[in-house]
Amino acid sequence: MKFTIQVNEGPYQHQSSDSAYHFAKSVLEKGHEIFRIFFYHDGVNNGTRLTTPPQDDRNIVNRWSDLAQQHNLDLVVCVAAAQRRGIVDEGEAKRNKKDATNIAQGFRISGLGQLVEGAIQSDRLVVFGD
Amino acid sequence: MSQTKKFLYVNRKAPYGTIYAWESLEVVLIGAAFEQDVSLAFIDDGVYQLVKGQDTSGIGMKNFSPTYAALGDYEVRKIYVEKESLEARGLSLDDLQHLVYEDEEEDWAEKDSIMLVSRAEMAEVMAEQDVLFNF
Repeated sequence: MKFTIQVNEGPYQHQSSDSAYHFAKSVLEKGHEIFRIFFYHDGVNNGTRLTTPPQDDRNIVNRWSDLAQQHNLDLVVCVAAAQRRGIVDEGEAKRNKKDATNIAQGFRISGLGQLVEGAIQSDRLVVFGD
Repeated sequence: MSQTKKFLYVNRKAPYGTIYAWESLEVVLIGAAFEQDVSLAFIDDGVYQLVKGQDTSGIGMKNFSPTYAALGDYEVRKIYVEKESLEARGLSLDDLQHLVYEDEEEDWAEKDSIMLVSRAEMAEVMAEQDVLFNF
């Protein structure tokens, strides 16, 4: 089965991104396919490489990056939500004249159309949020 | 992408306490370009999103409620509002914006977009869908 996963909450504050990660991992272990993982609302904060959790805690951002690399996943951060919350890649930094970037490895910034396309192309859209 | 799916956007939260309502509306507007069979549902505190006469000047936030009136132009013609949620909050249809769309098959006659449904009927609406977006 083909899945698109939507993550609506930021890391650490809510369990949603943990649950989404465990779900994604299980989906792949069971031999299913993930078409895309889309980060929306505060979920875009899953995609900043500047996160520094205590060493004895899980690193939610790196965990996503590693999973993306292992399984060639498409991790998409919503551009409108990212602009509001300061998640920036090279293109966005140039366009909005920002002096830094913070997008984590394996993530890309794109539009809401990517979420809608994911819902159309997948057998299931699974939403993690409040 | 030739398939058409039944999309239901479920709105559950009050409009300004969190950003879910506004960012949900952004998905609906962008999603309109994909020409799917779109419906919106308003349940729980989500019914407050449609209340008419909203004034946000006191909280310094953008009043996005006029955007709902444009949904008809985006081919969003089915807006389900749950009766029990309205009643629990002391609201009735008269407290909500009058949302309409133009029916091209009847000489562009204006028709009501909002349908008041019971909780049980809302469950049926949800069961008919291919995709549920939850906000």
